[in-house]
Amino acid sequence: MFKIIRKEIFSPVTYMWEIEVPDIASSSKPGQFVIVHHNEKSERVPLTIADFDAERGTITLVIQVVGKTSKEMMSYEAGDSILDVAGPLGEASHIDKIGTVLFVGGGLGVAPIYPQLRAFKEKGNHTISIVGFRSKEIVFWEERFRYFSDELIITTDDGSYGEKGLVTEPLKRLISHGVVNLVVAIGPLVMMRACAEVTRPFGIKTIVSLNPIMVDGTGMCGSCRVSVGNEVKFACIDGPDMDGHIVNFDELLVRQKRFDKYEKIALKRFESSQ
Amino acid sequence: MKNINTINPERSPAGHQEPAIRRKNFLEVVTGYTDDVALTEADRCLQCKKPACITGCPVNINIKGFIHEITNQRYENAYRIVTEANLFPSICGRVCPQEKQCESKCVVGKKYAPVAIGTLERFVGDLAQKNNWTDKSEIKRNGKRAAIIGSGPSGLACASDLAKAGFEVVIFEALHLPGGVLMYGIPEFRLPKGIVSREIENLKNLGIKIETNKIIGKTHTIEDLMHKHGFDAVFIGTGAGYPQSPGIKGEFLNGVMSANEFLTRVNLMHGYDFPTHATPVGIGHDIAVIGCGNTAMDAARVALRLNTKNVYIVYRRTVNESPARKEEIKHAMEEGVQFIWLTAPVEILGTTDGWIKGMRCIKLQQGEPDSKGRLTVSPILGTEFTLDVDTVIYALGTMANPIIGKTTAHLKLDKNGYIPVDDETQMTSIPGVFAGGDISKSSWTFTTVIHAMGKGRRAAKGMIDFVSHKS
Repeated sequence: MFKIIRKEIFSPVTYMWEIEVPDIASSSKPGQFVIVHHNEKSERVPLTIADFDAERGTITLVIQVVGKTSKEMMSYEAGDSILDVAGPLGEASHIDKIGTVLFVGGGLGVAPIYPQLRAFKEKGNHTISIVGFRSKEIVFWEERFRYFSDELIITTDDGSYGEKGLVTEPLKRLISHGVVNLVVAIGPLVMMRACAEVTRPFGIKTIVSLNPIMVDGTGMCGSCRVSVGNEVKFACIDGPDMDGHIVNFDELLVRQKRFDKYEKIALKRFESSQ
Repeated sequence: MKNINTINPERSPAGHQEPAIRRKNFLEVVTGYTDDVALTEADRCLQCKKPACITGCPVNINIKGFIHEITNQRYENAYRIVTEANLFPSICGRVCPQEKQCESKCVVGKKYAPVAIGTLERFVGDLAQKNNWTDKSEIKRNGKRAAIIGSGPSGLACASDLAKAGFEVVIFEALHLPGGVLMYGIPEFRLPKGIVSREIENLKNLGIKIETNKIIGKTHTIEDLMHKHGFDAVFIGTGAGYPQSPGIKGEFLNGVMSANEFLTRVNLMHGYDFPTHATPVGIGHDIAVIGCGNTAMDAARVALRLNTKNVYIVYRRTVNESPARKEEIKHAMEEGVQFIWLTAPVEILGTTDGWIKGMRCIKLQQGEPDSKGRLTVSPILGTEFTLDVDTVIYALGTMANPIIGKTTAHLKLDKNGYIPVDDETQMTSIPGVFAGGDISKSSWTFTTVIHAMGKGRRAAKGMIDFVSHKS
């Protein structure tokens, strides 16, 4: 059992857990994920680690309600314990001193990009962050991003805070006007695909972090397989970081719908039992 | 004096659930022997002077001895004799391919059906579970610590021997439940999970600690285990679970999955009980399973029990070449799995929105034997047809799990990612680090539960020897 020592609600559908898992906290690196299996009957859900603190012995996860499992998890409060947390899984991001690194976080992707931003900054890179939200009320971690970013742009879909519009607008502007050596984009698949398309003509290497459906997370089920260039990769052991210019996003978007029908059944049943 | 002419020529059949009933449930198919039937069957054993059966057993169980104790109704003695060589008779009695091992050597088998050694082993194991006959051996601590990576058959066997030798043993398991393939792979109707759990509980009684959710190579590296956590020896039993894909067009379509994914969703995550258990299985009504090994049989028979209409096995050779146990094929046929022999998938067909709508197949013909003696197969032109299925499950074998290999500096691997070991001690290229089970497999070795256990036990001996020389 692993104790949730802090919970914050970012929006009606977004929340943060800080969980006590000393082994994982001391072995995590930016870019890695954990699998959470919160009770005996639940699914195993992969979640990218949004922060880790070896001294406190904790990791932080930011979770969005998308179905029954994430909704049920939202009912867990600080002080409650969850059954299983396994990790850290996946390959760590490559953090080098390469010059200017531009981070694009969209929605929930804002959280998991944070450890990379921090690590690249600490390596001595010039860092620019673009973080996008739907509206002002759900903006989170602005201070954290400001602290490690030499430049920070916040966008909202409705213009209620920062720049109005999508994250791809400032991305296009920034890479056209200055030297950017690497782009790291994390968020919904369509956002990552859009970012990769923006950077492609500029030939700027663009890393995306994939979070497909998984079961074991250790390379045994192949549920998370994805075409990258001409190869079949497993996001769980070869990723989650992948080269955004050669990921087959179209295929991945279709594969993410595999269990939609069941998600709906489970959610409906869960809601009617509440 | 008992001889081949005086024994009962008929092998005593084990209790079975009828096919029409069992194909709708997950309860055990084979219900085993009652005391009376076990006695009758044990009486068919000729108690040979030179028991050939024992040479057919990968771990050389004293088969003659334990069957003798059954005939004397000294069941606990029988159990003690079996467990000298095999710690988990309830498991191996169920999943060993006895017809290729001990029973294939049984002298009775030259004239009649061989003695049902496997069913008798299971009988003894189940009695032990029912009566709580646990290991009473006095354990004298030797002050040494061993880390076991993976809680599948090889890890459990290795851990048990080390604990009895006085080691403080910690098993690290990546999943949330221990047991490895016994839990996520083999279905309930062939190996009830309660049986596995009870065997694992027995290990805990020996003082073995099991830490789930620990991915060695990630949570801790092997180097951490040896230098930071003070383990004197490490055993790698991480298995070969990386699924091989068919490599044909359409394998990314929705509705196509590996047998590992399918079985894990059902067995480990209890997907058959969706939505009470939250993990869906996600199969349709007409299922093609590609391959004909034991995993393919498990997948097909599980699929049959999940409210499906047609379940097909598509295999490029014939029943004679199929690697699955004959008993499993028989059970699958009785239950209604449809076998399509000498047929290979060519392409999985999809709808425009990415879902599978059928599988193109071609008929094959057999030709001359290849260098290994297997008949070669070649496609017959003009025999392509579409199999009307909405789900394809591929069971084409698995490869080495790569995490340990990727994260352990200086650990020698072969070109496929398996770990070469010393034949006698199971030690890897790193002193103090041993490996067993499927991850240490060479291309020619068997990959059954009992062989994995055998390698785990051999490694335990190697580890005991290693630490005694170290100090």
